[in-house]
Amino acid sequence: MTLSSTTAPPVPPGPPPRAAVRETPTWKQRLFRAEEKGAPYAYIAPFFILFIAFGLFPLVYTAWISFYEQKLGSSTSTWVGLDNYRWLFENPKFFNSLWKTLTIGLLSTVPQLLFAIGLAHLLNYRMRGRTFFRVSMIMPYATSVAAATLVFAQIFGRDTGFANWVLSFFGVDAIDWRNGDWTAQIAIAVIVTWRWTGYNALIFLAGMQSISQDLYESASIDGANRWQQFRHITLPGLRPTILFTVVVSTIGATQLFAEPLLFGGGTADGGALNQYQTVTLFMYQQGWSFGFLGRAAAIAWVTFLIIILLVLLNTWIARMRDRDPAEAAAKRARKNAAKGTGR
Amino acid sequence: MRTTRKTTLASVATMISGALLITACGGSSEAGSTDAADASADGKTTLTVSLFGTMGFEESGLFDEYEKLNPNIDIKYESTQGESKYWPALQTKLQSGTGLADVQGIEVARIADVVANQPDKWADLSELATGEQIPNYLDWKAEAATTEDGKVVGLGTDIGPMGICYRSDLLQQAGLPTDPAELAAQLTDWDAYLELGRKYKAAAPAGSAWTDFGGGLYNAIISSEETIYYDESGEPVWDSNPAVKDAFDTAAKAGQEGLTAKLEQFEDPAWDPGFASGAFATVACPSWMVGYIKGKAGDAGAGKWNITSLPGGTGGNWGGSYLGIPEASENKEEAAKLIKWMTDGEQQATVFKNVGNFPSNQQGIELVGDATDEYFQGAPIGKIFSDSAEAAPTQILGEGDGVIKTALTNALLSVEANGVSPADAWENASAEIENQLG
Repeated sequence: MTLSSTTAPPVPPGPPPRAAVRETPTWKQRLFRAEEKGAPYAYIAPFFILFIAFGLFPLVYTAWISFYEQKLGSSTSTWVGLDNYRWLFENPKFFNSLWKTLTIGLLSTVPQLLFAIGLAHLLNYRMRGRTFFRVSMIMPYATSVAAATLVFAQIFGRDTGFANWVLSFFGVDAIDWRNGDWTAQIAIAVIVTWRWTGYNALIFLAGMQSISQDLYESASIDGANRWQQFRHITLPGLRPTILFTVVVSTIGATQLFAEPLLFGGGTADGGALNQYQTVTLFMYQQGWSFGFLGRAAAIAWVTFLIIILLVLLNTWIARMRDRDPAEAAAKRARKNAAKGTGR
Repeated sequence: MRTTRKTTLASVATMISGALLITACGGSSEAGSTDAADASADGKTTLTVSLFGTMGFEESGLFDEYEKLNPNIDIKYESTQGESKYWPALQTKLQSGTGLADVQGIEVARIADVVANQPDKWADLSELATGEQIPNYLDWKAEAATTEDGKVVGLGTDIGPMGICYRSDLLQQAGLPTDPAELAAQLTDWDAYLELGRKYKAAAPAGSAWTDFGGGLYNAIISSEETIYYDESGEPVWDSNPAVKDAFDTAAKAGQEGLTAKLEQFEDPAWDPGFASGAFATVACPSWMVGYIKGKAGDAGAGKWNITSLPGGTGGNWGGSYLGIPEASENKEEAAKLIKWMTDGEQQATVFKNVGNFPSNQQGIELVGDATDEYFQGAPIGKIFSDSAEAAPTQILGEGDGVIKTALTNALLSVEANGVSPADAWENASAEIENQLG
């Protein structure tokens, strides 16, 4: 059976179809034609229906709610226009939460990506049990956030915590991780870093393997040591991968939620001085601890816009620096190697 | 639980079949019409009960007993450890009308909000089998769950009459009196309590503070007040009520002088082990804390803890809960019978004996009047808590209680743990409350 019947069908070689009017297509042909046109839409429809139900609708509905005063558990709501947004932008707690999101984000993203690149570089060498190491890298990522955070909350306990016990050997007095400002942020950043380093390392590893081995070979013939190879071949070659991980970690950091929530014992305060209240935690507190759904919706939308801005910024930076990275890297490596041997 | 899963399944099925119809791939819409109403195959009615923390029913085997007494009933019980996690989840379910249990617990701090904002989401218990239980309650306990037009949204389980629990072994080491009566004689008011704390601090073993948390102390002090954050007409008075400011200042002073262990109750992971390790010597003790201490201090803590009445012998109340039936429940009649039974005096007395939650039903209070507790060195806990309950004022509850209490206890934590001055902490809390509720 053939489906390519948009033009007039060829005369069938067998006996002619009985009493068929040539000019008007048969119902079968019509069906074929409709199917050909409609099938692609039908095939992608399930995705779009799900997307509309679980992606677009909540998005629009959240925007709608953000213009109302709506209490959790109450069925009445009052139109308040932009009041929720005004309230938000006059609220020091909101700016505090943005700031905390940024600092915890930096504290976790930067070390995370640095460790990940280093680890990926080491795993990229031929060594015994390489697969074992690669698989074990991903283990933290596979654990549940809740379990990991609860364990870390114990580790960073004040009286009987593991972290303080280790630090005591270095003469450091017991630190009240939870109640301190930076200490709490660092503790949370450690959880995030622990969890995501392996994931990013694997992505970097994949990126590294797409860099041609020839470059490394010629560089080593030219006398470049491993550090030089890493700086001048691996890093430039990884630029697209790095951008990807930066974008993903930025989004992840903006949405940081479970770790600070559980670190705080399940309340959304983020500490007595809100020292680790991220913006999503602030949203949760407004909506579900205090029951102000309209305000929570406004926060959600502002966060959404901030994430879009960040992604646009990332893309813009990416475009700015988008030259052919591998070639540039190779050129630079050769130049450096030449410099090295020339001396 | 079963209804939950079925409804979810049904809605998923509806959605998929809808998707199939739209994509013109055919398929039957029958899946969408599966009914959620479930009379189980064996003719049993399944009642779901969703509570928080340790409310003591399951722990006392009461659900099993009820199933034995009523062979046609099957009880599915679940509990969320923290009320601060339980409540938001319940609110989401109420909003959507799915996933609700037939019997849901409601903490006393939420009851004003429920009465004011969501009476339509809860069944009126005065019209069900539970109606006959209502006259048995302490008046204020029942009133707090009654709307202006007489609808009753919850039936009380326990109340939280107050005492002070203390580690007699630690007090002895510090040369303080360990006998409850002697201690009570010294604790003439909260200032005397702080004064004793200073003495304790001077002689205490290393790493042991007088009390656990300024917020806990604050809650204990404020528990004996009638007017707290709102007055009778429902107007917020927290910023002009001297009782609130005094309690805050006293607790802040304790924090500033290092009399607290800086362990935020229920949130700091180091708080629980503190009951066993002696990180604090005293803790404000609503009756439900008795069970909590036994659980956290464990067998090794038996005979170390004791209990005395609040400074000055004042009565107080901190906490306590209610049971309600969501309007969406399909088994209201049976659920009401269960609640009626659970809140009978006898069952409340059983719960008190097992986990310490004090009865709110007057018949239950009579039954536990002479209870003593071996774990607490044979302390007459029945008498201590009955006296406190009797002397407790009728507290006025308001919608914003939760927000205000959170802000103030956080401010107190910032005083003791972050070195914020009490005046600044009060300012911060005030600004936050204004901002939130204003």
